[in-house]
Amino acid sequence: MNNMNRMPFWFGAGAVSNVGVRLGAIGTVMLSVAGAFAYTGGWLSPIRLTPDRMMAAFQDANGIHVGFRRNHAKGVCVTGWFESSGQAAALSKAAVFKLGRVPIVGRFALAGGAPFQSDAPMTVRSMALRFLPLGGQEWRTGMNNIPVFPVNSARGFYEQLLAFAPDPATGKPDPARTRAFRAAHPETVRALSLIKKREVTSGFVNSTFNSLNSFRFINAAGASVPVRWSTVPVQPFAGESAAPSAAGDRNSLFDDLIAQIAQHPQQWRLIVTIGQADDPTNDATLPWPAGRRQIDAGTVTIDQAASEDSGRCTAVNYDPLVLPSGIEPSDDPLLSARSAAYARSFTLRAEEEHEKPPSAVTTQEVQAGGKS
Amino acid sequence: MITQARFPAASRLLHWMMAPMIVAMLFIGVGMAASVSARYDLLVSIHRPLGIAILVLCVLRMVNRFINPPPELPATLPSLQRFAAKASHILLYALMFIMPLVGWGMLSAARYPIVLYGPLRLPPILPHDLTLYAWLRDLHTALAYLFFATFLAHFGAALFHGVIRRDGVLESMASWR
Repeated sequence: MNNMNRMPFWFGAGAVSNVGVRLGAIGTVMLSVAGAFAYTGGWLSPIRLTPDRMMAAFQDANGIHVGFRRNHAKGVCVTGWFESSGQAAALSKAAVFKLGRVPIVGRFALAGGAPFQSDAPMTVRSMALRFLPLGGQEWRTGMNNIPVFPVNSARGFYEQLLAFAPDPATGKPDPARTRAFRAAHPETVRALSLIKKREVTSGFVNSTFNSLNSFRFINAAGASVPVRWSTVPVQPFAGESAAPSAAGDRNSLFDDLIAQIAQHPQQWRLIVTIGQADDPTNDATLPWPAGRRQIDAGTVTIDQAASEDSGRCTAVNYDPLVLPSGIEPSDDPLLSARSAAYARSFTLRAEEEHEKPPSAVTTQEVQAGGKS
Repeated sequence: MITQARFPAASRLLHWMMAPMIVAMLFIGVGMAASVSARYDLLVSIHRPLGIAILVLCVLRMVNRFINPPPELPATLPSLQRFAAKASHILLYALMFIMPLVGWGMLSAARYPIVLYGPLRLPPILPHDLTLYAWLRDLHTALAYLFFATFLAHFGAALFHGVIRRDGVLESMASWR
């Protein structure tokens, strides 16, 4: 009774002994729940790789470029269509593979987070496509003109970014760090030797672009096969010429692309490679053996180009996990990593949209037919 | 003596069905936003349909609240605690209704497909607009933290009623007699 009389009134009539212990227990339970939440959110794990830390690494490597994609920052928008041959329909129930025509909103870009870099032949080129079939089952894919990806994990990608970021003192990557990175990532050393051996063409329109990651096609019967895909140019091969197309044109690759599209529509065949049971689907640094069955799924035609400042690709995140029913992700961990990092990059540039300076390839430049 | 009336069975069922869903949703959300691991895809593909399920159940729950009003709080409860209880319940209802809509809206403004399961997708409810997306995306995060804080307060208050005041309020929802 005495004990109860000393209790604050808000403890109620049923106040009990050992109040301190009981309050302590409640506090402990609540702190534990809050701690679990903080742990899940990554606040207690400074070494956990999060989308924010990935973005910070891009900033370390490339500096701050407000309003631009954090990777593949320099690009132009294109539109066109995909004419399906119907040949992939037996392997995937995706609407996009039914015989017929599907609109496309795409983007050509150069790898790296520098939106104003000068076009250089060896810079990795990319083609991103958004297929928009009726019924909303859209498909987005981003492909590069390299045979394999240089890393096979999010951690590898992050460490590569940091290892090759310019040292503030010299403006060049620190050789000690790049050496340490190569020693820790033999898969990257092997992949880079394949990448260096690739045949570099004269421009975007005669480049082959590869999905690099593996996916799975699911058909109407529920059968699943591992696949990788490529867009293979219909335009004839032309090697990279020693003389630059226009001296001093920082946008030479993009200007050529714009001029060629203006001349006549440019085309790629969508080639799907069907993997076999033992082919690696979880490691994008490994090529699949030659001689795998390939299907010509149809033709991508690009007939319009537009600057990012006015084009339809700008407000699009080419997230590799935006897939229609009939295409599923494989066990490749890079797919989740790309999706998560792209989403963060997309959010950041959406937040910065009103501060973004004009893109390197401006609306005027595209209207002038690619001559800056 | 404890004379506190219990919540009607339908209300208890809805509460205990949604409680683990909402807590899971908060943890999945904060976890996926901090992940680049292979789990990310799985977490996102649970987050979307779970959010829509919470929205549907929340509407049912509001209808149920009109049909089956909750029991009165004990008369002995001080007015400040009474106010806190009322306000936090309004906030919890508002958040469980608004959060899924903000999520659906932000995906719409970004033109991400709103995939529920397999071929099942929801239509966009807002125009394709980057600025609108950025605003809703930030709102989604801010409301999630508010939601977690409100849940924690609700949980702590329930324990306070149960082990300190022992006034039957916890048992009015959490008893299986």
